[in-house]
Parts: sequence; structure tokens; C-alpha cells
Amino acid sequence: MKKILVDDSKCLACHSCEIACSVAHSTAQTLYGALAEPTPPLSGMHVEPSGRGRGFPLNCRHCQDAQCVRVCVTKALSMNQDGVIVCDNNRCIGCYMCFIACPFGAMQESVVTSEANVSKCDLCVESGSDPACVTACPTQALVFEEPDVFSKNKRIKYLVELAVSG
Amino acid sequence: MCEFHQGSHSHQTIDPAAAEMIEKANRENVETTWDRFEQQKPQCGFGDLGVCCRNCLQGPCRINPFGEPKEGICGADADLIVARNLLRTIVGGAASHVDHSYMALHCLKEAAEGKAPYALKGADKIKSVAAKLGIATQGKSDNALAQEIVRAALADFSSYSDEPMGWLKATVSPGLLEAWSKLGILPKNPDREIRTAMHQTSMGVDGSPINLLLSSLKMGLVDGYAGLQMGTDIQDILFGIPYPVKTEANLGVLSHDKVNVVVHGHMPEVSEKIVEWARKLEGEAIKAGAAGINVAGICCSGNEVLMRQGVPLAGNYLSQELAIITGAVELIVVDVQCFMPSLTKVAACYHTKVVTTTPIGQLPDAEYIPFTPENADVKAQETIRMAIAAYAKRDAAKVQIPTHKSEAWGGFSVETIVQALSKLDAANPLKPLIDNIVAGNVLGAVGVVGCNNVKAVQDQQTVEMVKDLLANNVLVVATGCTAHALAKYGFLTPAGAKKYAGEKLLAVLTAVGEAAGLGGPLPPVLHMGSCVDNSRIGDLLGALAGYLGVAIKDLPVAASAPELQHEKAVSIGTWAVALGVLTHVGVVPPVLGSPLVTKVLTGDLEGLTGGKFLVETDPHLAAEGMMAHIRAKRKALGI
Ligand code: SF4
Ligand code: SF4
Ligand code: SF4
Repeated sequence: MKKILVDDSKCLACHSCEIACSVAHSTAQTLYGALAEPTPPLSGMHVEPSGRGRGFPLNCRHCQDAQCVRVCVTKALSMNQDGVIVCDNNRCIGCYMCFIACPFGAMQESVVTSEANVSKCDLCVESGSDPACVTACPTQALVFEEPDVFSKNKRIKYLVELAVSG
Repeated sequence: MCEFHQGSHSHQTIDPAAAEMIEKANRENVETTWDRFEQQKPQCGFGDLGVCCRNCLQGPCRINPFGEPKEGICGADADLIVARNLLRTIVGGAASHVDHSYMALHCLKEAAEGKAPYALKGADKIKSVAAKLGIATQGKSDNALAQEIVRAALADFSSYSDEPMGWLKATVSPGLLEAWSKLGILPKNPDREIRTAMHQTSMGVDGSPINLLLSSLKMGLVDGYAGLQMGTDIQDILFGIPYPVKTEANLGVLSHDKVNVVVHGHMPEVSEKIVEWARKLEGEAIKAGAAGINVAGICCSGNEVLMRQGVPLAGNYLSQELAIITGAVELIVVDVQCFMPSLTKVAACYHTKVVTTTPIGQLPDAEYIPFTPENADVKAQETIRMAIAAYAKRDAAKVQIPTHKSEAWGGFSVETIVQALSKLDAANPLKPLIDNIVAGNVLGAVGVVGCNNVKAVQDQQTVEMVKDLLANNVLVVATGCTAHALAKYGFLTPAGAKKYAGEKLLAVLTAVGEAAGLGGPLPPVLHMGSCVDNSRIGDLLGALAGYLGVAIKDLPVAASAPELQHEKAVSIGTWAVALGVLTHVGVVPPVLGSPLVTKVLTGDLEGLTGGKFLVETDPHLAAEGMMAHIRAKRKALGI
């Protein structure tokens, strides 16, 4: 299953991924149109300062053994067949336990009051294409890949650099 | 004449000649601006919305339009950051035009003092400019008058007083002066205004978006009168008032057997000399085995020598690399503004020489031939000889010149238009035009100006919008690369009137054209010149308003920059809205990040000057919007 993976050495903290995520979750689907919407669409991607580099784009990791799912008393949160952690609006009681449990701070309050209290990265599954943040990143710090492909590329890169410096 | 292009490059251009050259570039692995545009995608949303600030070294700061942060480190919010950035953009445009007219002024000074080899060809313009500046003309030679005119212009640039610019006061109506004075936007010394605006927008000075927007209007006037108006006035004095001239446009004007020299940039001081010496040195080219020398123009250098010398147009802004890609251009000579830094890289794939001519417009891999007014003859000869030498290196295997070109008429200065109309009514030349507007035969007029922009399909918005306007009997005047665009598709021809103009407009164009001895209708789009020649449109509006005894803001007119690219287009547009003209822009300027600035520019401004911006990327809706405005103005005038 493909994941959003990060080469944070390439992240320039431009926040383009955040803007693209907001636009992708707007009604208008365009930047100018999204701006005009009464409720600003949220981003599920968050570029935060990191100890490793300039910034780190952090989103819901859609964990295999998700802490949020474990603590959710009403079973509102679950992993669907696409491997996406989703929230069932009807079941969510707004206890914020998942906010406490998520190690990465991926959970945020929904701005749409009629919906669940939880809003977060949905991997843009509904769009049918790669996540908007990945497409938007001008430096390719974000990739949407099979984790094994990502690791293989990393190994190759590491060994090439080793050879050069060696 | 070309038909509009529908093929695989239809997302890039509607020009079949351009499409053919993009295809050739792809085949030959030559990178063009469209390739680089793809590589830039996605473009940064912060910059696009105008909410990124780099005005101090604490930054960059950017405002999140969808959440936090709402303020930069110093506390500047989106409204302030957008307003500051906008003023700096307009300063960029105004500075370009003012520097351009200053260079022309320097040339006129040297010429009038007998130090530079330029004859003053615009004797009529010397008289009219002297008259508007209040300089007594009797018994004075052209040279003496020109020197007085230069002194009047330089007085504006050295003025220490708080008096508004003399050139502006000499040009506009008392009504406009009063309106601008009330708003506090009358510019003083133009150089000082440019300096003050940079100061005003620096960290920790102006925190008022509204005050910054007023300064933007003022900067529009700096451009309008120290850039456009002074530029055209001085250039007409040096090179003559344009009169109608027939030529051709598009890449098909390049020659298979002549030495092709392309002039590109903006300064007629350079391009006029190139044309002069290309004609004089034709014999040397023939000796070198060519059939002669063919000069063609790109961007406003092209417009300047089209207007006065009938030199054909090779292409507009987005076609500049494509001209080289034909493999048939020996030399492209640039001066200032709008030439892509990529030119030398493209030229390296062919035998083409790139020549830069000014100390501020250098390209690392180009030949630098420094032109000054004094040495222009020598440098122009050097340039032409370099082109002739390059002809021998032309690689026939790489040559592919598109066949597409269209006839095009240019040279419609205000003086020309008045002269044509005076054939219908010698005492009151503007009366026939006004009468036809009143009668509804001409619904109104739109000035279509500006550039190409790679974000928009080349020429498409311009052409589609102008088709709608003409079909609805709106007269169109054009300048800049937009005029080139319309030239390529036959809008600047008498036949274009029959093809595109509505029935009523066609009847008027036919009556004027036949009276003026054209043997057919006037073109439905009148080419009024380069981008600085937007001043001609301002003059025409001023004359029409004066004749009717109303303000420019009351006229049934609009302006449009459907494919604007350069900062200059933004400052020209700002001048237009200050004049009271509804001004359409077809590419969204980077202001949407500020609700306040957006609201003022597209709405509230109308209450201050009578003008405002219409932002619309759909050409048909843009035409509709301008026509709704024109109809409302007609109604208010009771016609
Ligand atoms: S919300 Fe947090 S815990 Fe839950 S799946 Fe996403 S990253 Fe994992
Ligand atoms: S778009 Fe890419 S470079 Fe920019 S902040 Fe996001 S991850 Fe970093
Ligand atoms: S001027 Fe203010 S908003 Fe701009 S970079 Fe400096 S601190 Fe940031």
C-alpha cells in the first residue's frame, strides 16, 4: 500500500503542500475559489519546525496499529479497505481521546459543525489521484510510494553517497 | 493569414506558426519558456496570492489564507503585505517606463545639441509639445525648441518643489488635475516619487493599506506622464509622428535568402538605427551571397519601427525564442525590457548572434555592443556587419520558416486618426466619430493592450475577446504585444473589418476609410503603437472627453490587458483606472490574498476615480463585462 513518505532534507518549508491540501478539500477545488468560501478549508498536512532540518511536513501516518483507533470508545475511527484511517461522523462523540493518543498531533477539529469533530489527512482517496500535497511539493520532498520502493531508493542513494565520499 | 491553431499545442498557443516552432524545438531538444513553465508547476500559492513578504531580513513571512499565521513577524497582515507588494510592482513598471523615456530624452538632448546623429523628424510634434508646455515657438529653430523641451522635461526630474509634474499638468484637463489633487495623488518629481514609494513600502513605515493604494494610483500617474506620455512625445520628436503604413506580421516574414536581423526590446534609438543601417549596408549583404537584409521586430522595438518604418513583425513576447528556432535568424539585437535571459541558450543551438546594447541589459553569453546616442551609427554598422558575417554560418538543414503571416496596418497615431476623420469633417474632425457613437453605430471603444503570458494560451484571450467586441460594434484600438497578436490574425486589415466587425461598425469604418483614400474600410483594430504609446490612447480619450465636455470616466469606453505579464502592464493599468477607465485584466494579479485590496481595486475605487479593475480570465465574459459597462455609460450620457 502506497504511503506519503518524506525526504525532509528536501523540504524548504514553503507550505505549498498545506495550501494544496486546503484547496483539495474545498468545494471549489481552485485556489481563488477556495478563498471565497465562507468556511476556509482545512489542511491535513502541517509543516512544522523540526530538529532534523528546515521543516517537516507531518500528516496522519495512517498507522497499521493506530493509537487513535485503539482509544476510540465508540469505534468511530477505523481503517478502511484502502488503508485509510477514517472517522464515522455518526459515531464520533467528540471526546478528543484520539487527539491525546495520536503521537504525531495529526488530529484537528473539523470546521464543519455538521460533521464529526475530527478532521485529518484522508490521503485524497476520493480524488482518485495522488495526494494533493505530494503533487504540489516543488522539491519532491513528499512522495507517494510503496514503502519498500522508498527504502530501496534510500539504500541506493546512501550507497552512492558513500561511494562518492569514500 | 493564419487560421487559429487547434492541434496538439492548443494549450500553449493558437498561432500555427508558433505551434510549428514549438514542435521543431521539441524535435531538436531546445527548451522553450513553455517547458520551463511546466517545470515551475505548481507555482507557489503564497506568491500567487501576494501574501509573501521579503521586505526585511526577518522574513520571509507569509500569511496562511486558510488559517494561522495571520500576521508577519512585524505584525503586517495580508492586507498590508499585499498592498505593499502591489505598490512595489507598480514602482517596477513605472521605473521601467520612466527610465525608458529618460533614455529617449538623453538622446533628444544630444541630437538637438548636434552631438548625436539623429535628425529630428517630428517637426509637427515639436510644435505641439512646445505649445502644450507653454514654450513660445515663434522664430525658433526646431533644434532650439527641442532643447527647450528637453529642459522642461529635465526640470521635472530635478524639481525640488511640491509642485505637480509639469509634463502631467501640460497634458491633462483641469478637471482631472482637480480630481487627482483632491485625492492627493498628483506626482511631483517622478524620480522622487519612485524613491518615496520604495521607502514607504520598506519595513516599519506605512501600515495603512488604503494609503498604500493611493500611492499606487499616484505611481500609475508617474508612469502615465513621466513614462508613457513623455516617452511618446520625445520619440515622436526624434523619429516622427507615425502615419498609416502597411506591413506583415508573424514568423513567415523571416526570409529564406536574406540576412535576417531581429530587433527586440523597446528603444527606438537602437532599432531605428538598425533599420537605417540595414538599408544602407544591403550591398555588403549581397556581396556576401544573401539577397539583402531583412529586419523584423519583436515586442515593442518591433512596434516602434513598424509604426514609423513599416518594418514587419516577427512575433510577440511568447514568440521570441521561436524566431531563433526557425534557424534563419542571423542576429537578434536587444536593448531593454521583455527579452528572456534564455535567448542566448536558444541561440547557442543555432548560428544566431545575440547582441545586447545597454549597460543595464546584459546577457552573459551575448555580444555586447554598447550603443550611445553619439556612437549609434558606428555601433549599428558593427551590428549589421556581424549579422552579415553570421549569414555564412546559417545551417540550411536547421532552417524551417513557417509560412504563416498576415497583412497588417499600423501607424495610427492620434494625429493620423484625426487626419482621417477630418476628411469627413475638416472643421470638427472628432464630430463624425462622436456622432456615430451617439447614433449607436459605434457602441463604444476598448483599448486592448499588454503582453503575452505563458499562463494563458498565446493570443487566445485577446483574439476571442476582440472578436466579441467587434461583432458588437465596439471599436478596438491596440498597442504592444496585443497589437501583434491581433496583427497575426488579420484584425489590422481592411479585410478584417469585413470579417470581424458588426454591420454598423463596418459601415462607419468603410465611410472613414473611403474618405481617407484607403479604398476600403479602416481596419477594425487600430494599431496605435508600443506600450509607451498607450499615451496615445490617453490623448484620444482626453480629446473625446474634451470635445463632449464630459470627464473621461463618463465615456463609453474600457481598457483591457487580456494577457498581461510585465510589471509595466500593471502600472499602465493603474494609470488607466486613475483616469477613470474600467480596466480588464485577463490574468489574475497577485492580490487575492487581501480581501481589502481586492475589494478596493475591483469596487470602491470607482467612487474615487471612476475607474476600477475587472478581473476575468474568460474572454467572452470579459467582453460582456466591458460592454455592460459601456452600455451603462451610454445610458448615463443619455445616448
Ligand atoms: S491520527 Fe495519528 S494515530 Fe491515528 S492513524 Fe493518523 S497518525 Fe496514526
Ligand atoms: S511542499 Fe514540500 S517543500 Fe514545501 S513545505 Fe511541503 S513538503 Fe516541504
Ligand atoms: S517586513 Fe514584516 S512581514 Fe515583511 S518580512 Fe519583515 S517582518 Fe516579515
